[in-house]
Amino acid sequence: MKKLILITGIATLIYACSGSSENKTSDTAAAETATATETPEEKQAADARGIGKFTNVEVGETLDAAMADAGTKVYDVKCASCHKLTDEKLVGPGWKDVTKRRTAEWIMNFSTNTDEMLEKDAEAQAMLEICMVRMPNQNLSDEDARTVYEFMRKNDGIK
Amino acid sequence: MSTKLNNYLTILTAMGLLAVIANGCKPKNVSSATSGDGAEKAYVAPGKYDEFYNFVSGGFSGQMSVYGLPSGRLFRVIPVFSVDPEKGYGYSEESKPMLNTSHGFVPWDDLHHIALSETDGIHDGRWAFANGNNTPRIARVDLKTFRTAEIIEIPNSAGNHSSPFITENSEYVIAGTRFSVPMGSNTDVPISTYKQNFKGTVSFISVDKNNGAMSIAFQVLLPGVNFDLARAGKGKSHGWMFFSCYNSERANTLLEVNSSQKDKDFIMAVNWKKAEEYLAQGKGQKQTVAYAHNVYNEKTHSATSTIERTVTVLDPKDCPDMVYLMPCPKSPHGCDTDPTGEYIVGSGKLAAVIPVFSFTKFQKAIADKTFDGDYEGLPVLKYDAVLHGEVKKPGLGPLHTEFDANGNAYTSFFVSSEVVKWRISDLQVLDRVPTYYSVGHLCVPGGPTKKPWGKYMIAYNKITKDRYLPTGPELTQSAQLFDISGDKMKLILDFPTIGEPHYAEAIPADLISKNSTKIYKIEENENPYAAKGEKEAKVERKGNEVHVYMTSIRSHFVPDNIEGVKLGDVVYFHVTNLEQDWDVPHGFAVKGANNAELLIMPGETQTLAWKPDRTGVFPMYCTDFCSALHQEMQGYIRVSPASANVPLTFSTNKAPESAK
Repeated sequence: MKKLILITGIATLIYACSGSSENKTSDTAAAETATATETPEEKQAADARGIGKFTNVEVGETLDAAMADAGTKVYDVKCASCHKLTDEKLVGPGWKDVTKRRTAEWIMNFSTNTDEMLEKDAEAQAMLEICMVRMPNQNLSDEDARTVYEFMRKNDGIK
Repeated sequence: MSTKLNNYLTILTAMGLLAVIANGCKPKNVSSATSGDGAEKAYVAPGKYDEFYNFVSGGFSGQMSVYGLPSGRLFRVIPVFSVDPEKGYGYSEESKPMLNTSHGFVPWDDLHHIALSETDGIHDGRWAFANGNNTPRIARVDLKTFRTAEIIEIPNSAGNHSSPFITENSEYVIAGTRFSVPMGSNTDVPISTYKQNFKGTVSFISVDKNNGAMSIAFQVLLPGVNFDLARAGKGKSHGWMFFSCYNSERANTLLEVNSSQKDKDFIMAVNWKKAEEYLAQGKGQKQTVAYAHNVYNEKTHSATSTIERTVTVLDPKDCPDMVYLMPCPKSPHGCDTDPTGEYIVGSGKLAAVIPVFSFTKFQKAIADKTFDGDYEGLPVLKYDAVLHGEVKKPGLGPLHTEFDANGNAYTSFFVSSEVVKWRISDLQVLDRVPTYYSVGHLCVPGGPTKKPWGKYMIAYNKITKDRYLPTGPELTQSAQLFDISGDKMKLILDFPTIGEPHYAEAIPADLISKNSTKIYKIEENENPYAAKGEKEAKVERKGNEVHVYMTSIRSHFVPDNIEGVKLGDVVYFHVTNLEQDWDVPHGFAVKGANNAELLIMPGETQTLAWKPDRTGVFPMYCTDFCSALHQEMQGYIRVSPASANVPLTFSTNKAPESAK
């Protein structure tokens, strides 16, 4: 009997998943298939990049100061309401050392592909359980996201 | 009154009542019941989209409502001519100028008709125009934002009923006056001097093809009849506008009787291309008038109201060949042109036939000068010379006609409470269905255009009675959806509507949905009181005005603690919603405000003025459930006596900052 319930449960889950993925692009479906064939190490690396278009962000050894300044402006308008620059959690986590905790890809994917990340990315979901407020999709352009990342690097002491 | 007569009257009344009840409750025939597959045809599964948007006038609610077809689901009520506390429309400082008129702020009107913009005679999904009947105005709703973008008042007009009807490239939206009134410098005249002093006008409002901006291009001065409804010519008749006129008797009292004396009134035809020529020749007279022109700016998120002072008037006496009259039986109401532009259907409210006029014959009659005298100097064409034919014995009280793409017309009958389908070519009645009850306007998607989309017909009824669960003396209004894809009209759905629905239009959903605005970009916000980021949040004092530049984001305000407001101050809360995600508005309300809430869309700034009437600490909060911590989205503002020396400070989660 228990087994039956379990099977039914799994079936329901599968059904629910297939139902929700109906609306997704075939690219995502292809990516999911691809990750299934990766080695555990590769999978871990992929997970660390999050879900979204950014798979390989080029980051310089030194700070791009102009880019970081542009990032400050985006931060003031779209991010500062919830994220402090210290390690203090406000609505969302403080940004101190965020570039050491997360990859550039994960941060940029989360800030531009917020809803899908909250639905599928385990790390993003873990943060949601702590913060209890879904990170708003603030409609950052790809460029905005990159400048904000550079601003985070500056905040983390990169010169 | 004798007892006997009294008893007799009672019996008669009771009999009459019984007859009404029997008539009202019993379906008239089997086809009046919803057909077997009706539910399936009107069913739109959860999460699925409707095929058409239906823009429906809200009548005395003053608003425009948006439904989905075939489901009949209500999506939105767009505030147009009436204040809407739910959305802060007419209450926020930014939106108040939208309702300004030459009479000052007018918070209500009576919205009767919808005209969707067209290109080449086909819906283009850009704007919906609507008329305010009572204080004559025309509004333009932007179909990207579903918001009222512009309102223009109409001078020399009273009872703006014959409006707004649109030409095939949206060159003009027209506005005809229902009431004729005294005009000019002396309007303080005895009502009994109607025939000498009262005049009518029809206004041609030009529409900028790039941005929709409206401007009164010219008015035509006309005899003092009542203008009722209108339609533009299309295709071969493009360049003409047709108006139904009643009260050619020019009565000024008990019109019910006194304007129903003549056997025929008129369909008036105005050649607006000719009018443009006269205008270019300088035949128009500039008149000094006053009318408000209100425009909403999407970048500043604010409306401005300008009082304009001149209008150009064309008098047909100086402009021959511009206006002709076609006799039309018995107080015509509807005046509808078919998709080809060849036929003009008049609907005499008291007539037993539907006259159909031919544009080809109309042109020939003008060329041949087949006149039947004149009316107040306007040439009247001979009825028989312009008539295509009459639909015989169609029903009682024809009102409005819509068209499908297959050469068929659908006419509503108020008195006999039915819709009749007939063929334009041979004027044969093909089908009839009862409505519940007393139908007014009809809508076929694309029905007034060159390209009817067809498939459905909606009847907007004037009387609801026993159609739904009772709700006391006042009942919901009612619409009925018919499937017209086959030979027979089939009732498939009843749905309630807001206000009193008059005219409505329906348009394929994808002509609009793909362009729908999701957010206002915060970077493009040019409201002078915007706070783009919490860094810009602040409080400023200017004399007895306190300006709070406030931000909102899930789920807090900055500032949320304000002190130093004094009794006698007016506090302006300028709230900027920093969200940039679709469907995340924030609301704002403060205790004791004598107006309404604000509802602020992502990226927008809106302002609530609050004049505290007592000292104390007042709560303020977000009214639109925004996140799991929405109940935490709140703040306090402290009001001290006028003589107090509490400094003006503000903060959120830190030491208070001093205001400037």
